[in-house]
Amino acid sequence: MKYFNETMETMKRSELECLQGERLKSLVARVYQNVPYYREKMDAIKLKPSDIKSLKDITKLPYTTKSDLRANYPFGTFAAPKRDIVRVHASSGTTGKLTVVGYTKNDLQAWAECCARSLVMAGCDEESVIHISYGYGLFTGGLGMHYGSELLGSMTVPVSSGNTMRQIMLLKDFGATCLCCTPSYAIYLAEEITKSGLKASDLSLKAGVFGAEPWSEAMRKQIEASLNLKAFDIYGLSEISGPGVGMECYLQNGTHIQEDYFYPEIVDADTLEPLPFLEKGELVFTTLTKEGIPLIRYRTRDITSLDDTPCECGRTSVRMGRVFGRSDDMLIIRGVNVFPSQIETVLLNMGDKIGPHYQIIVERINNLDFIEIQVELTQKSFSGTVKDIERIRAEIDHDMQSMIGINAKITLVSPNTIPRSEGKAVRIIDKRKI
Amino acid sequence: MLVDQIAVFLENRKGRIFALSDLLAKNGVDLIALSIADTNDFGIVRLVTDNNDRALEVLRRAGFTAATNSLIGIEVEDKPGGLAEVLKIFDDNDIDIEYLYSFARVEAKKAIILVKVADTDKTLEILLKHNIKLLDRSI
Repeated sequence: MKYFNETMETMKRSELECLQGERLKSLVARVYQNVPYYREKMDAIKLKPSDIKSLKDITKLPYTTKSDLRANYPFGTFAAPKRDIVRVHASSGTTGKLTVVGYTKNDLQAWAECCARSLVMAGCDEESVIHISYGYGLFTGGLGMHYGSELLGSMTVPVSSGNTMRQIMLLKDFGATCLCCTPSYAIYLAEEITKSGLKASDLSLKAGVFGAEPWSEAMRKQIEASLNLKAFDIYGLSEISGPGVGMECYLQNGTHIQEDYFYPEIVDADTLEPLPFLEKGELVFTTLTKEGIPLIRYRTRDITSLDDTPCECGRTSVRMGRVFGRSDDMLIIRGVNVFPSQIETVLLNMGDKIGPHYQIIVERINNLDFIEIQVELTQKSFSGTVKDIERIRAEIDHDMQSMIGINAKITLVSPNTIPRSEGKAVRIIDKRKI
Repeated sequence: MLVDQIAVFLENRKGRIFALSDLLAKNGVDLIALSIADTNDFGIVRLVTDNNDRALEVLRRAGFTAATNSLIGIEVEDKPGGLAEVLKIFDDNDIDIEYLYSFARVEAKKAIILVKVADTDKTLEILLKHNIKLLDRSI
């Protein structure tokens, strides 16, 4: 199978742009009508839906950010009535509240289509056995790939994350041909396979669809060699839909954006001026067809570039380069988005049990991300017993786990030992080399 | 009736315990007893010195996190069973010991046991009833 949807995936650019323009016009009319948030924003700059006449008018529209979603938590930016929303997903917010997204039936269908197209790009078809190790739940990774795999007609194995020994057993026994997980988990899995006495050739894997965190060409080579498969980069974010917003074809030269659904722009993160193809800047998406939570010029904060040179695979969509970094301070730890502001919120709630200074240290040990949060004990909170220190630590640990959703190592240190700085405090030390 | 102890928080970092003892040495503080409770990430050093006020002052001034606690100090004969006899009283009366450390006074053939319990008053009462020799702050 070469394409999942040949018509859409190989559409002439001129036709595609025409389609995008039509979809944009109807999107703007719809959100202006249904979402007070957008109406207010457009009214403020005296912009009417009728001012959007074609795709190039998109630059007249204001940007949307994660904090806009937070300000309208939970459902304020939804454009469809609640009875039409059939699913919600959520990702980390910046201060504890989640960023919530809602899907109508059509949205889920479109998302499954994107994931099915992506799996075909990785060489999958009805004969494939697709092992999904992304987490199932509020995180979009698991369910996104799941419905894509079912739509394609592949045998879908919804393993979700965790329990690596069982994962290895199922990969082997079910003869999985495609593995979907984070790239760091793929490396970890490969090591555990070796430890268990198996070889990659004992498995039937042909392709891996890896995403939810940035990775490098070096990691790709390592994964391909150790798991004996072809490793593909998939891109997505829950605000836009989830995995499948972009996907690499067999040429592994940038992720094809599903442009009939998502219109990408690259803008200067400081001036917000649009940038030409091949220039690095912040990636911005407009969801052209979404009904549940349509987003206009949503700033992803991911720094990357777009390439419109035709791809030999025949797909006409633009391709996105690797994500070079973020224009905010979000950390991606084992595929989970973590904002330092969430960590700070938990620490502030501890009151005078701990000092005001903290440091976040992120490391990659044996290909898995670890986060350590160093906090200063106070003279007042130190009673002289181990028990009392452990109690403070357990309290922080518990609140941190429920705030950021992953385990962080909490280390209490002596007062005045975390380095102070004169200007902006250095709160985050990311030692990972990706 | 109680013995004062200084507890100092120490991170598991090279040179911390040396820095602490060096500081006390330079300030002429004599250590009488010392015990360390250690965990994976940090330790708590517990000290009894000949001048706790001075020790606390210099430690805090040098940036150490330090607190004072009161412990029950018990003097027993330095002979086999000296400790067990006292602990039997704790056991018989269901007194939980949070921690304990001891040192010997070899010339006097005495051993000193320092004990931290949750309910100090009740424990003192019971020990006195059993005619156990208790120490006060000047060890």
